Amino acid sequence: MSLDVVRIKKDFPLLSRTVRDGKELVYLDSGATSQKPYQVLDAERAFYETSYAAVHRGAHALAEEATIHYEDARSAIAGFIGAAPSNIVFTKNATEALNLCAYAFSNATSLSRQGAGSRSIDPRFILKPSDSIVISEMEHHANLVPWQELCAKTGATLRWFSLDDEGRLDLSNMDTLIDSTTKVVSIVHQSNILGTVNPVRAIMDRAHEVGAVGIVDGCQSVPHMPVDIASVGADLLMWSGHKMLGPTGIGCLYGTSEILDAMPPFLTGGSMIEMVSIETSTFAPAPQKFEAGTPMVAQAVGLAAGVRYLEEIGMDEVAEHEAALTDHTLSVLTAIPGVRIIGPSTTFERGSTISFVVDGLHPHDVGQVLDNLGVAVRVGHHCAWPTCRRFGVPATTRISPYIYNDESDIDRAAAGIIAAQEFFGVAP
Amino acid sequence: MNLESLYQEIILDHYKHPRGQGLLDSPLGSAHHVNPTCGDELTVQVGVGSAGGLVVGYEGQGCSISQASASVMSELVSGHSVQDAETFRLAFIEMMHAKGTGEPDEEVLGDAVAFAGVAKFPARIKCALLGWMALQDAEIQSGLLTNQSEEHSP
Ligand SMILES: Cc1ncc(COP(=O)(O)O)c(C=O)c1O
Repeated sequence: MSLDVVRIKKDFPLLSRTVRDGKELVYLDSGATSQKPYQVLDAERAFYETSYAAVHRGAHALAEEATIHYEDARSAIAGFIGAAPSNIVFTKNATEALNLCAYAFSNATSLSRQGAGSRSIDPRFILKPSDSIVISEMEHHANLVPWQELCAKTGATLRWFSLDDEGRLDLSNMDTLIDSTTKVVSIVHQSNILGTVNPVRAIMDRAHEVGAVGIVDGCQSVPHMPVDIASVGADLLMWSGHKMLGPTGIGCLYGTSEILDAMPPFLTGGSMIEMVSIETSTFAPAPQKFEAGTPMVAQAVGLAAGVRYLEEIGMDEVAEHEAALTDHTLSVLTAIPGVRIIGPSTTFERGSTISFVVDGLHPHDVGQVLDNLGVAVRVGHHCAWPTCRRFGVPATTRISPYIYNDESDIDRAAAGIIAAQEFFGVAP
Repeated sequence: MNLESLYQEIILDHYKHPRGQGLLDSPLGSAHHVNPTCGDELTVQVGVGSAGGLVVGYEGQGCSISQASASVMSELVSGHSVQDAETFRLAFIEMMHAKGTGEPDEEVLGDAVAFAGVAKFPARIKCALLGWMALQDAEIQSGLLTNQSEEHSP
């Protein structure tokens, strides 16, 4: 393992605390949210202590400095995925970014029904009942419910890629699933429950063949592997800052210039306008068009520090470290009788979110025993209820390590699973 | 905090050997409740027996706490009046909100006092309440209970 985990751990103050009567904490829930290093905490604090003011308004020195910090953060974050700063929109989180995308379609559709006046509405965003939207059976609810709602509002049909028993997309019917009726294809890059890494390039290419807008949910890929936006080929890609060392309250939406120009805004109000009269308004160019109201400035500064932290380690090294940990996790889990992995069984095109079930034990009870030993994992349906249904389980237990975890953490989780089997008397 | 304080013997026993499990042939009321954070599901049905007391059926899937609590609940209220069932239910809810302090009334709650330790684990309180909330809904459905209770699930 190439990362110096002992040194990295020292940067994360929370990881030195104990839980449940003095037990050393093993944090294996980074798929839900990551812990924060001093570098991020310090950057946010320093910004508040020295340069804080409203951005993009006011002409005083502090407002200028704050704006520079905010836009520098945008540049750093854009650079992380190989994008230009003007192609990055800040949102509250990935969920809001996905809603921003879905609302572009419903807003365009209702504006066109009203007769949009002088405004030109890009026909790609206008949905008819004969249109379709394509997702997959492994989507997080954030990339499912907004599309269900859009279908309910427009009459469009929701379609999805189904999954095979290994938890991979069945792409055999891609050309009929994504056809001339398809207006949106929105697919997760790496599943938060199965760990599967999807061939998003091929899916985006097919979306573009039929003129659909291609969206990739990068929540579990951007924090964990090198993601170069040009090679993903998506029109829109979003992720949350809090899963990659950044603060809560900031998400990022990448969009091509062409798409961002064409999309109607989601939230409207201050900061996103060009001209306002009492009757009507025009909007600023992207990204400002999508950043209504006072933005999350300190959070952007914090996230930029997180990005720099990851860049110093190197995303190739992060991915390599996680692949080694995934390999170790898969082998120690499959060595425990009664444990079944839900998702790909090898590291091939698979990330480090590792779900499993234990025969005779409910995930809540597994998680409780692990928690009692100081090991924090996620239990439940992981906001991917349809995926659980596909595998016939009500819920799973999930281990999701990050840069601050090593094999000993995984081994403590494995020991906890065996302890749970013993406690409940279900060891095979 | 030890595991045994949460998973009392009685709870594990009801989990492994649930009492009165199964649905009724002709229920007067039925309610299906889910715990959306973890996907636990439970259907609770009520009817009235020949002696005039409540008959309770249930079926579901979920963690040890939710399933054992449904088992204990069905055993506790079966054969009792709707009024008694309300007394048990309110006492159980009060115990869940006591954060592990206070003495639950074993006279009223019987085996259900074993769940007192659950109150110290906020994430599990919903699991323990699932059956009781479904019971209330099934009673309202059946018309045996009017929807005037000011108690709400947390
Ligand atoms: C794949 C995926 N998509 C979307 C989300 C939603 O992210 P957030 O809750 O930060 O908006 C998550 C995180 O939970 C995720 O893992």
